[in-house]
Amino acid sequence: MVHPIVKLVTQRLALGLLLLFAASILIFAGTTILPGDVAQQILGQSATPESLANLREELGLNDPPLTRYFNWLGGVLQGDLGTALTNGRDIADSLAARLKNTMFLAFWAAVIAVPLAILLGLLAVRFKDRWPDKLISGVTLATISIPEFMIGYVLIYWVAIRMGVFSSVAIVNDSMSLGAKLNAIAIPVMVLTLVVLAHMMRMTRAAILNVMQSAYIETAELKGLRALTVIRKHAFPNAIAPIVNVVMLNLAYLVVGVVVVEVVFAYPGMGQYLVDHVSKRDVPVVQACGLIFAAVYIGLNLVADIVSILANPRLRHPK
Amino acid sequence: MNKELQHLSERVSKGLMTRREFVGRAAALGVTAAVANTMLAGAAKAAGPVAGGDFKMGVQGGESTNSQDPATWSSDVPIAGGRHWGEPLVEVGPDGNLSGLVAESFEGSSDAKTWRFKVRQGIEFSNGKTVTAEDVMRTMERHTNEDSKSGALGIVQGIESMRTDGDVFELTLGVGNADMPYLMADYHLMIQPDGGFDNPGAAIGTGAYTLEADEPGVRQLYKRRDNYWGGDQSTTGHYDSSEIIVLNDATARTAALQSGQVDAINRVEPKIAKLLDRAPTLSVRNVSGRGHYVFIMHIDTAPFDNNELRLALKYAINRQEMVDKILQGYGGIGNDMPINAAYPLFDSSIPQREFDLAKAAEHYKKSGHDGSPIILRTADGAFPGAVDAAALFQQSAQAAGIPLEIKREPNDGYWSEVWNAQPFCASYWGGRPVQDQMYTTAYLSTADWNDTRFKRPEFDDMLMTARAELDNSKRKALYSKMGAMLRDEGGLILPMFNDFIDAVSNKVQGYEGDPNGPQMNWYAFKKTWKA
Repeated sequence: MVHPIVKLVTQRLALGLLLLFAASILIFAGTTILPGDVAQQILGQSATPESLANLREELGLNDPPLTRYFNWLGGVLQGDLGTALTNGRDIADSLAARLKNTMFLAFWAAVIAVPLAILLGLLAVRFKDRWPDKLISGVTLATISIPEFMIGYVLIYWVAIRMGVFSSVAIVNDSMSLGAKLNAIAIPVMVLTLVVLAHMMRMTRAAILNVMQSAYIETAELKGLRALTVIRKHAFPNAIAPIVNVVMLNLAYLVVGVVVVEVVFAYPGMGQYLVDHVSKRDVPVVQACGLIFAAVYIGLNLVADIVSILANPRLRHPK
Repeated sequence: MNKELQHLSERVSKGLMTRREFVGRAAALGVTAAVANTMLAGAAKAAGPVAGGDFKMGVQGGESTNSQDPATWSSDVPIAGGRHWGEPLVEVGPDGNLSGLVAESFEGSSDAKTWRFKVRQGIEFSNGKTVTAEDVMRTMERHTNEDSKSGALGIVQGIESMRTDGDVFELTLGVGNADMPYLMADYHLMIQPDGGFDNPGAAIGTGAYTLEADEPGVRQLYKRRDNYWGGDQSTTGHYDSSEIIVLNDATARTAALQSGQVDAINRVEPKIAKLLDRAPTLSVRNVSGRGHYVFIMHIDTAPFDNNELRLALKYAINRQEMVDKILQGYGGIGNDMPINAAYPLFDSSIPQREFDLAKAAEHYKKSGHDGSPIILRTADGAFPGAVDAAALFQQSAQAAGIPLEIKREPNDGYWSEVWNAQPFCASYWGGRPVQDQMYTTAYLSTADWNDTRFKRPEFDDMLMTARAELDNSKRKALYSKMGAMLRDEGGLILPMFNDFIDAVSNKVQGYEGDPNGPQMNWYAFKKTWKA
C-alpha cells in the first residue's frame, strides 16, 4: 500500500499542474481580449491596410483562438516562448536574464527577512504584552503601512545620498562581482525586508500563541523549562504549518509583486519587463511573464502545502 | 573679458571654484548669469579637454522593448544611444547651423530640388568597412522603402529619385525644399553599412563609440573606438567609455545624480529644479527649446468648427500662469503657433495673444454655443503637469463663462485612443529644427499627424512656396503669414514652450545648452569631459 503522504503529495502536485494549465488558459484568454489590435499596436500610426494584413498573417492572428492557444501551449511546452514583437529578441533569453535578477533580489530579501521575521515573532511571544513585543509589532506594522516606494525614497535619501553608503541605482549585470551586486541591491533588499516583515512576524506570533494555550505547554512550563526553550522546542514545531504558508505567500510576493521597487531602484527585474511590454501590447512576452508568475505562485503554494502535510505528525505516522 | 572674471573662470575650470560661486561673483561684477555661463564654457574650453574617464548618464525614456534599429527609435534612450555608434549625413549645431558628419559638404541646385552630398573620404564604419555613397543611398532606401516602418518615413517621403556619382550621393525631390539638408540630420537616418538591410539593429555606424553591452530598458555601454574619423580622444569623444542608465523614475534619476552614480540626467522635474540646483556637487542647466505643450481642437468637429469658439478658448487661457505654475518658470509663453524664437526665420513682430477674459466672453457669446459642457481630455502622460494645466484652464475659462469640463484619461493607450482621435485634448510636440518641418509634420492638409485637422489649401500653397524659396527674406514673410494664420484660425492652443532641464555634475566640463535637444542634443558624451 502507498504511504498516505506519498498519495497526498502526488495529489497536490497533480492539482498544481492542473491549476497551472487553467492559469495558462486564463492568461491566453485575457491577453486575447485586451483592447486594441496587436498588429495595429506594433505598426502604430504608419500602418497601411496591406502592412496590417501582412503582419496579421505573419503573427497568425487570422487563426481561430483555439488553434492559436494550442500552438502557443505547444511552443511553451518545448521551451519556445517565441520572439518579442517589439524588438524581435528571443523571449526565453531576455526573460531568463530578468528572471535571474528577480530571483537574486527575492533570494537575498528572503534570506534576511524570513529568519528575522520568525526570530522577531518568537521574541514577541516570549515577551508577550511587554515592551519588546509592543516595539516589534509597532515598528513592523508601521513599515508595512508605509507605501514601499516611500520607504525606498526615504532610504535612498538617508542611506545613499546623506550617508553615502550603498547605491541608489540597483542595476546589476553579469560583469559585476557578487560583492558589487550585493552592494547594488542592498537598499532594495532593506525595503523589501521592511515590507514583508510584519506579515510573517505577526503570523508567527499568532500561530505560536495559539499553540501556547495547549495543555502540553503548561506541562513543559511546569517541568521548569526556560520560556524560550518551551517556545523553540514545543510550540514552534507545532506552529510550522501556518508560518510556512505565510512565508510562502510573502516569497511569492517578492517574486511577482515588486514592480514598484524595481522602478524606484531601476532594478532590471521581471516586473518592469512585463509592464513595458503590456503598454506596447507585446502579447507573447506578456503571456510568457504571466505564465512564469503563475508557475512561481502555484509552485510556492505547493511547497507550503507539502511542508504543512509533512509537518503534521498525524499524517506522517498513520495508525 | 574683465581680468578678474577671466581669473575666476579659470579657477572654475581647474575645479577650484564651483560654477554657482562663479555666477554669484560675476553677478556682483554686473554680469548676467547667461553671459557668465557662456564665459565659463569658454574658459573650460581654453583650459582644454581632458581625454579619458567614464561618463554615465541617467536617462528617462527607455523601455525593455527598445531596439538598436534606428527606424524604430522614438524615445530618448535609443536616440541618445544611437548618437554613440551612428551618425547621419549632417548635424544641426546649437546655433542652428549645419555641419557635415558623414557628408563632408553638400550643395543644392537653384530650385532646391536636387541635393548633392559629398561623402567624407576614407572614413570607416566600426566594422572596418569604408563608407561609400552607396551605403548612404541604401540607408535612405531602407527608410523610404514601401514596407518601411521607419519613423523617418515622413521626412524622406518627398524624395523622388536617388543616385550615386562617385563619392557623391544625390537626391532629387518632387518639390524643391531649401531645408532638405536639415532633414538629413534626423536621428533615424544613421548611415549604416549597406543601409542596414541585413541587420538593422547591428549598431554599426561611423560614430566615435561602439556598443559593448545592450540591455533594453536597463543600460547601454559604449567604448571609444580607435579609428574615428573625427580625431583622437583629445579632439572629440573624450571619454574612454560612456554608459546610459535607464532611470525612468524622476526621483531615482535625481538621487542617482546626487549620490554620484551618474554624471548627468535629463528631464529634471520643474517642481524640484530650483531645489536640486542648491546641491553643491551639481548644477541644473536649462535651455529653451522648440518643444511645446498644447491643447488641440479638431477644427472639423463641432463645436470646434466655429472659429469664434476657438478664439474664445484661446483668450481664456492664462499663459503666464501656466509658465509660472506648470513649468515653474522653466519655459516661455506661447502664441498659438508652433514656432518661437528658437527657430530660424522667426518673425517676432506677430503680436502676442494676451489673457483677456472680456474678449473670451465676447467671442464665446458670438459663437452661439449652446452652453453644453466642452470636454477637454487630459492625462498625466500627455505632458508633465497636463492634468494641473487643464484644471487651470478650466478655472480661467469658467471665469469667462465657458463651460469647460475635464475628462481624465488613462496614460495607457492615450496616444492611440485619445490623441489624434478625440476632438479636444492635451498633448505635446518636441519641435523640429526648422519651421518647414514643423508645419509639414502637423499642419499640412495631408499630414498624418495633423492633430488639429487644419486643412487650408492657401496654407499648403504658402508652405510649398516657402519650401522652395531660397531668398530668406521672402521665406520669412511667408512663414510670418502662415504663423499668423494658425494663430488666428487654427485649432491649436499653445500656452507654453517648455525648456529642456538637465542636471550635470560639476565634474563635467564643456557642457553647453543646445536648443535642439536635451543633454546637448544628446552629444554630451562626445563634447564634454571630466576635469
